[in-house]
Amino acid sequence: MTKKITLLTLIFLTFYACSPKLEESEELVEVIKIDGLKEILTTKSDDIQVINFWATWCAPCIKELPYFEELNAKRSDELDVTLISLDFVDEVEKKVIPFVEKRELKSRIVLLDEIDYNSWIDTVDPSWSGAIPATLIVNSTTGQRKFLEKELEEGELEEILKEFIN
Amino acid sequence: MYIKSLIFSMFLLLAGATSEKYALEVGDTAMDFELKNVDGKMLSLKSNKDAKGYILVFTCNTCPYSQMYEDRLIALHEKYADKGYPVFAVQPNSPEKSPGDSYPKMQERAKEKGFPFPYVMDETQEVTSAYGATNTPHVYVLNKEGNDFKIAYIGAIDNNSRNASAATRHYVQEAIDGLIGGADVETTKTKAIGCTIKWAN
Repeated sequence: MTKKITLLTLIFLTFYACSPKLEESEELVEVIKIDGLKEILTTKSDDIQVINFWATWCAPCIKELPYFEELNAKRSDELDVTLISLDFVDEVEKKVIPFVEKRELKSRIVLLDEIDYNSWIDTVDPSWSGAIPATLIVNSTTGQRKFLEKELEEGELEEILKEFIN
Repeated sequence: MYIKSLIFSMFLLLAGATSEKYALEVGDTAMDFELKNVDGKMLSLKSNKDAKGYILVFTCNTCPYSQMYEDRLIALHEKYADKGYPVFAVQPNSPEKSPGDSYPKMQERAKEKGFPFPYVMDETQEVTSAYGATNTPHVYVLNKEGNDFKIAYIGAIDNNSRNASAATRHYVQEAIDGLIGGADVETTKTKAIGCTIKWAN
């Protein structure tokens, strides 16, 4: 009995300790290299990973960003949304951060600073031709994954996610 | 009779559907075409009698990646046209979906940049579809063998879209140098990074 309580307390404390940490790291756009990308792609989590590749210059990407934002706002208990910008790193201050501020994006935003796409693109998905928008959905528990190299229609993401969530 | 023709047309439909997915690969014969250049003339691969090959590139006005590579395409043309491998640019986007890629806009851009190479419009998008180009810019290096042009390389121009001088691999250049020198092309396929081609509905 006491063991159970200790365990519960421990779990509670872990969650408690973790939650303020998330709020602290309020860096608007985190710049990552290929190692950071691999970390995101191999995240072990009970949550479904929804990873979207976009850029501020890509009109169809911008059009679908609200769908991801909505998921992030409404279903953060079962999903982790990561928006990976492929903008150029020297334009973080000038373009990406102002964009994120103006749109008040709340999802996790990272910028992948790896210009030689052919060196990393296959690690995301071998079928990826290299165009954006592109979206990867991963369930790290079951190993299920789906890669979409296309612009998503409204509601399409929810439909696809039904395959992932029981 | 009716059923027979119905079956036949269904077969045609199916064949059409599958051929759409079929894309030309390295080693295949490059299909010729006849498309309208920005100067109003209809051009095909056979139009240039001196060509030993081509740097065939699917590119457009509007994609930021295409824009970043415009000067590099001009430089490639200046370097290799005299050696028999000129640039031949095809604009694949539907102007309905991408108004900045209309024929008049192409003419404007070609004039502004002083393109020394053809810049033709693939109005029906059939050529783009047959080649299997997906992105802009998407390069096919062609090499003349007998009466045909064979595909020697498909992919990106180099490995640094942002900064030409920082590129460490120059795929197109390497392929053509290989062809000119009679050596094998080492890297025959890379991924063409850029914008998706805008298909008409």
